[in-house]
Amino acid sequence: METLITILVGVLVTVAVYLLLSRNLIRVILGTAILSHAVHLLLMTMGGLKKGSVPLLGENAGNYTDALPQALILTAIVISFAVTSFLLVLAYRTYKETGSDDLSALRGIDDE
Amino acid sequence: MNNMIVMPMIIPIVTGIFLIFLRPYVKAQRVLSIVSIFATIGISVYVLNRIQIDGILRLDFGGWLPPYGILFVADSFAMLLVVTTAIVTGILLFYAFSSVSKAFENMFFYPFVFFLLAGVNGSFLTGDLFNLFVCFEVMLLSSYVLITLGGRKVQLVESIKYVSINVLSSWFFLVAIAYLYGTVGTLNMAHLSVRVAEVGQGSLLTVISIIFLIVFSLKAGLLLYFWLPGSYSVPPTVVAALFGALLTKVGIYAMFRMFTLIFYHEPGITHKMIGVMAAVTMIGGCIGAIAHNDVRQIVSYNVVIAVGFILVGLAVSTEVAIQGSIYYLLHDMIIKALLFLLAGTMIYLTGTARIEQMSGLIRNYPILGWLFFITMLSLAGIPPLSGFIGKVYVGQGAIEAGAFGLLAIAFISSIFVLYSLLRIFMNCFWGETIINEDDDVPLKKGILIPCVLFGILTIALGLGAEGIAVYVSDAAHTLMNPEIYIKAVLQN
Repeated sequence: METLITILVGVLVTVAVYLLLSRNLIRVILGTAILSHAVHLLLMTMGGLKKGSVPLLGENAGNYTDALPQALILTAIVISFAVTSFLLVLAYRTYKETGSDDLSALRGIDDE
Repeated sequence: MNNMIVMPMIIPIVTGIFLIFLRPYVKAQRVLSIVSIFATIGISVYVLNRIQIDGILRLDFGGWLPPYGILFVADSFAMLLVVTTAIVTGILLFYAFSSVSKAFENMFFYPFVFFLLAGVNGSFLTGDLFNLFVCFEVMLLSSYVLITLGGRKVQLVESIKYVSINVLSSWFFLVAIAYLYGTVGTLNMAHLSVRVAEVGQGSLLTVISIIFLIVFSLKAGLLLYFWLPGSYSVPPTVVAALFGALLTKVGIYAMFRMFTLIFYHEPGITHKMIGVMAAVTMIGGCIGAIAHNDVRQIVSYNVVIAVGFILVGLAVSTEVAIQGSIYYLLHDMIIKALLFLLAGTMIYLTGTARIEQMSGLIRNYPILGWLFFITMLSLAGIPPLSGFIGKVYVGQGAIEAGAFGLLAIAFISSIFVLYSLLRIFMNCFWGETIINEDDDVPLKKGILIPCVLFGILTIALGLGAEGIAVYVSDAAHTLMNPEIYIKAVLQN
């Protein structure tokens, strides 16, 4: 199972890199979003995808699932949500101001 | 009462939240900002002094003992940086009062300065790797807001670069954390250090450490500084000063922590890489600083050179060199803030950023001219100013370690720093004045006083280096002997 998920992470990173290298601003933002998903999956896989029970003391289970990666992912998802929404607003404002969302057209724009 | 050590992060956050609700009342915002920045400075200084008596302090949140819970660790290195950060932010706030427009003050300028401060202080104080990531994000998100505030065309275009490169490096940070957790199964820094020492820093862990190196280099502007000059020259002066003084320093701090506490077993690979990167950074920074004619660009490239110089200390990694780096780090926070303020004030007075279009400013604004002169000497490392002591120690450490190539580049870079600033000084301050008598507006006190305060600080730090020597040598000693840090954190 871990191998499968790791391959999936690889596929997601490939897609993200492809999008990040494009000239369209929206694609770049989507690229960062997909990259964040890939990283979250990786984080979860690195903790081990065990089939254990809930990590509560006194439940007398044979083995517990490592809860830490999931706590980390929750935090990271919130952060990625905030950052992505900020980037989208920034892209929109830039488009309104400059009339372009093509990164190569945005190069070397001077003041006012 | 160890609860004190969370205060440098909690006070700014709470202040920031209150300031949001005080949005229409600019006066109240200013008063609250000043009160809480003084409180932050006071508490930081108190904690710094307590560390000298009681040793490293730590606070386990929710009573979860390490390595299970998140914790804050205050050692001398972290607290010195926290104190300097708070002081620099305080003075910059005074500058902001008389320089930023009302629209900024109404548009949540102060709250985000405080959130930035919280993120920076949190990054310095945390003892948990994932918490470091979170504090980085708090700091970066506020910096995204501050850099775009105002929304001029060039600002937006530059901030797209700044935001996307930082988002990308944040995800790399998370990748590195994931690999490290998968390999050694912990995120507490002290515990990480123990575990890495136990299993030995093999090739796998070295590769992970290099991912961390890349992440922090992006944040600090070590070698990967291509985003820095553009994005530091677009925001308003006070924001640029805040960025130039604080943001890259957090990356540098993280690098010092990682490569003295956790990944110190393979200096032949990691520290050599840092050395090469620092050398290339200084060379690139020097070329940039003398190639440009725009004051803001020259000043931004000076930030890059300083980053390279500070990391020479980490690359050679002797106790003396680390001491030098710490002195230089403190000096650089103060002097870069001053340099950005002076550059911004010059642009404000003349209405242009090109050095060939300015002339004779010292006739109209003598204090400004002399302050620039002091800044220049301080950055070049002339004694009795604050840049001197750091350079001496870094140089001494490099000689001890036999890193003569690095030493040569580091000291030659100082000459280029001097040259790049002399160009500004001679072009802009000497010669016939371009401001005729009608346009000669006296400089507002609110703009001049913060600059003078920074000038006094750089002189005081140079003359009073003896006074902080206790703290700096303790900080360097802790950095060079990771077992002190580990013992303070893991002992229950």
